[in-house]
Amino acid sequence: MKEIVVISGKGGTGKTSVCAALAYVKPDEMVLADCDVDASDMHLIFQPKVHKDEPFFSGVKAVIDPALCTNCGKCASICRFDAIRQDEAAHFVDLLDCEGCGYCALICPVNAITMPKQKVGRVFGSDTRTGTPMAHARLDIGADNSGKLVAKVKSDSKALATKHSRDYILVDGSPGIGCPVIASLAGADLALVVTEPSISGFEDLKRVCELASKFDLKMACVINKADLNPKIASEIRNTMKHRNIPILMELPYSNDFSEAISLGKTLVEYNAPQWQAQFERLWEKIIKEL
Amino acid sequence: MTTAVTTKRVAIASGKGGTGKTTLAVNLAHYLAKKHDTLLVDLDVEEPNCHIFIKGKPRQKETAKRMVPGWDIKSCSMCGKCVTWCRFNSLIRLGNTILVLPELCHGCHLCSELCPDAALPMQAFPLGTMSWIKDGALDFIEARLQIGVEQASPLIGQTLNYVDTHFAGKEFQLLDSPPGTSCSMIAATKTADFALLVTEPTPFGLHDLSLAVETLRQLKIPIAVIINRSGANDGIIEEYCSSEDIPIWSKIPHLRRIAGLYSEGQLLYEQVPELRASLDQIIAQLEELP
Repeated sequence: MKEIVVISGKGGTGKTSVCAALAYVKPDEMVLADCDVDASDMHLIFQPKVHKDEPFFSGVKAVIDPALCTNCGKCASICRFDAIRQDEAAHFVDLLDCEGCGYCALICPVNAITMPKQKVGRVFGSDTRTGTPMAHARLDIGADNSGKLVAKVKSDSKALATKHSRDYILVDGSPGIGCPVIASLAGADLALVVTEPSISGFEDLKRVCELASKFDLKMACVINKADLNPKIASEIRNTMKHRNIPILMELPYSNDFSEAISLGKTLVEYNAPQWQAQFERLWEKIIKEL
Repeated sequence: MTTAVTTKRVAIASGKGGTGKTTLAVNLAHYLAKKHDTLLVDLDVEEPNCHIFIKGKPRQKETAKRMVPGWDIKSCSMCGKCVTWCRFNSLIRLGNTILVLPELCHGCHLCSELCPDAALPMQAFPLGTMSWIKDGALDFIEARLQIGVEQASPLIGQTLNYVDTHFAGKEFQLLDSPPGTSCSMIAATKTADFALLVTEPTPFGLHDLSLAVETLRQLKIPIAVIINRSGANDGIIEEYCSSEDIPIWSKIPHLRRIAGLYSEGQLLYEQVPELRASLDQIIAQLEELP
């Protein structure tokens, strides 16, 4: 079983559109995993039929029992996150600021503080309209632990792949280089970076390449909107060559991306003559890299 | 003696990445600075891109640090309490060694303050950098996460402290916030007086906008929407905003010329009258904010 993680550094480069098009041309070869858990969009294209829907618990937060609290204020004095507030009768915890370290619970002289597990989102196991199984999730508003939720979606997608005898897992990652991205790269066999030739896209590409190299990950690149800025596109080609990262495909700037999304379709469904062969070829190249 | 001014802190956010958040932030800040005392803060610390457009003189650059425990082998009696206390697995016992994993530490000080041997003194660990740049009338602060550091929120919090200390007298503080709805986005927006949500008229844009709206409502921050890449499909955003009673302050037309100039790292408002007209609309509304 091999895992391909699609990332971008910068948002809006076409990461999800590329994933969706690949999943559409090879519906029987893979399982999809949408790991962009705080802004997941893949389900808008694949209208999954959800057959598993479970709450996901991760981490703990402090809760003060007002009946036990003597309002001594020790908890507030040691909290580094200013998460503990006070009203007339008792102290209470602002859950948005609590990091769940448990320091307050440990030192409370009357044991008024407990650290219950937190529900941070929901995880789903689904069948998409094209027949590809998909693992996805929804992070609760304002919840922490997005990295843990990403790891859960990945492990669920592996179980789906075993169950459906699929050899590949295609992971739609999130933008950036922080904890959800690091969690999505853990254990991957190939990181496919979708970039665009803008100065921002190029800078973000370099940061994400540096991150992946810290994990000693094999990488490949797709340049989207390649004709937008030929000068930067050629700088990207040089940098990728220098880093030994193959460019598997270059796509032109095209309104098809947003038009297809607007209709809830993949690029290939929207305009098959333009895109079908390209994405079939891209998939072959990805397999060759693995 | 400075005269007291009311500072308006405005977050520029979006659920989805790549909707034009940075484009709006840099152009609005640069243009606004011609009339009002303005500070721009790049809090998209994982992939900071404002600096590409704001070219000025660096005034100050400092390393942002966070306190994490260090292990003092000479004082430690190997009681192992710290390892059982730490809920973030950032302390590990290997034989007769306590190993500290600073990337996982949340900085709660529990182990350090409660260690019976005082063998875990806190020490500084680098998170990234904060740079102050001056471009004409505009002050600009960039926060940049060191690659491999997982947690973006502590750097965002420190940068906002820096802003409070040095730039409290500004008329406007514009915060370019990270995409998504997870902890880093919340850290960047929670102290704002107002938030501008940049979206695009696609189902992805709408879906991620609705997540950002829920998040900001939970934080009790008033919002307005800017439709970027506006065109024939604006209806889906307009319907949503009208049903949710959210004002749409402006629409920025979908022009390939904008994408081209953006890719070169250029400010747009002097060259693209359509964008300048949008900025005029937005500034008129910002001036009316209480």
